[in-house]
Amino acid sequence: MDGKYFHHALKFRKEVCIGCSHCMNVCPTQAIRIREGKAELMDNYCVDCGKCYRACPVGAIIVEQDDFSQIFRYQQRVALIPSVLMGQFPEEVSLTQISSVLMELGFTHIYEVEHGVEVLRDQIVSYMENHKDNKPLMSAFCPAIVRLIQVRFPTLTENLVHLKPPLEIAASFYKQMLIDQGNEEDEIGIFYITPCAAKIAAVKSPVGQDDSPITGVINMDFIFNKVYTTVKKGFIGKNTCQIPDMAPLKSTGVTWSATNGEAANIPGRTLAIDEISNVIEFLEQLENEEKQDIDFLELRACDESCAGGILTSSNRFYTVERMRNRAAFAKSEEQKGNYRYTSPGSVVQYTDFLRDNARVGSIQPRSMDKLDEDIAQAMKKMKKVHEIMDVLPYVDCGLCGSPKCSSLAEDIVQGQAQMNQCIFVQKRMEQQGTLKSDDSMQIMKQIWGAEKFQDNNNQNV
Amino acid sequence: MHFEYQIEGGNFTRAGFASSEIKKMMKQLNVDLGIIKRTVVATYEAEVNVVAHAYSGTIYVDFDEEKVVIKLVDEGPGIDDINQAMTEGYSTASSTVREMGFGAGMGLPNMKKNADDLQITSEVGKGTTVIITMFFAKSEQ
Repeated sequence: MDGKYFHHALKFRKEVCIGCSHCMNVCPTQAIRIREGKAELMDNYCVDCGKCYRACPVGAIIVEQDDFSQIFRYQQRVALIPSVLMGQFPEEVSLTQISSVLMELGFTHIYEVEHGVEVLRDQIVSYMENHKDNKPLMSAFCPAIVRLIQVRFPTLTENLVHLKPPLEIAASFYKQMLIDQGNEEDEIGIFYITPCAAKIAAVKSPVGQDDSPITGVINMDFIFNKVYTTVKKGFIGKNTCQIPDMAPLKSTGVTWSATNGEAANIPGRTLAIDEISNVIEFLEQLENEEKQDIDFLELRACDESCAGGILTSSNRFYTVERMRNRAAFAKSEEQKGNYRYTSPGSVVQYTDFLRDNARVGSIQPRSMDKLDEDIAQAMKKMKKVHEIMDVLPYVDCGLCGSPKCSSLAEDIVQGQAQMNQCIFVQKRMEQQGTLKSDDSMQIMKQIWGAEKFQDNNNQNV
Repeated sequence: MHFEYQIEGGNFTRAGFASSEIKKMMKQLNVDLGIIKRTVVATYEAEVNVVAHAYSGTIYVDFDEEKVVIKLVDEGPGIDDINQAMTEGYSTASSTVREMGFGAGMGLPNMKKNADDLQITSEVGKGTTVIITMFFAKSEQ
């Protein structure tokens, strides 16, 4: 198979994995197999959506995280926080309180990611004007979706809006502002508090860019626990550290990462679709049809978008409710003229800089469906896949260690699996006398591990 | 490699199944993405035409290393004047069909535009046969 393309933030811990296959069964891109009683990730198929992380009953899948102490390598330590972080907490916890905990942890600056979305929205609108032939244009906001399109819907890569997500825009702006204030570039560390694994992967190996202005990533659950512990201990309001003056986030920014946050702010006919299986179903259909009159698609991998990210702690429906309440409040303040955005250090002053830096390079298709680079070879393999499919039962039971009969057929053709891994094939062979009972037991042990077939085994039950 | 798919007249819910299968196989064969796109658009259009106009139909798909030939044979009213039907905007679709977003009179011209080769034969009162041929080598279009 091809070389490694992706950095993955999801890591499978073999020593913890019990080979239960829950992850394999929920993976929307069929990227997981079971071998010798352990889940294995096929790197090139994984889009970091995190469904497996949620399905794992024993915590064998973890989200890698940069060591927190690395922030102290920098003199200017910026925490980039998404609006979803604020939405994690009950309304009585204020942004000032959250900020004060972040400052005590060691950050010197705190900035909300979505301050730049107005600049981004204008960029999207002019991008749409210039790319009318690629309708419907699709948001590149969610990195799991960008990867999904590259892998599963390669014909749609040119429909992606080739603009940086708000996170990258906020990071570029803040870094530039600190440089303009006289800081050296290598003294600045920009750290993003992430609600999901896909954004970590996107920072570590950005698509369509050489590198990211973001120095490191900190998982949101870690920060949530720190803040909530402090809140529970009642320390709130007694902090001694100085909280920086923060411009309030506009209503558009507050809900930008929620479902319909983008779509509602883009002119024309727009649709917002969340949850990766819904997105796959929709794109599958879209690929068949000739150009449509949809102008813009907002596509998000998680249910309820970023509020449903795998590193969030609060129930996603409460989170969305809080974000909407906050947006409504912001809107009324904006209308009263209470919010001002013209102070030095406002993103508005960097509009030109951000406009010049908003584009990403080309986003390449990387179809993972191809059976072979060479069409003649691929044709042979495809024939074989169909021959094998005629024998397999179409049950998708997963007992062979592949998630579907069709994935087993492809695995066999690629030399990664054997026909007799199928339990139905085994039974037939046993009856015909071509496979001994001992041998079929051996095959099952190779897939599921010997432990699962021991007598009186109460482990993991 | 040979495949067959049945099409049920009037059932738009299932329209697109054959196009999806063909698309999937072309991706497996590592065919150029632009060619896949054109194939799927032409086939889907042809499939929808059968659903919209005919009583029933069959799609015969034949792959070899150079090309895919997609033959749609339907039992239906047939096309009286094929040249007229090839004109953009010409449509016989009922208003119900048009409301569903189909039948804008772009079907045949669109198929012609996207297919490397398109053959249409028809007998009024019996049915229509459409043959779409797509070559995998990148030189076409």
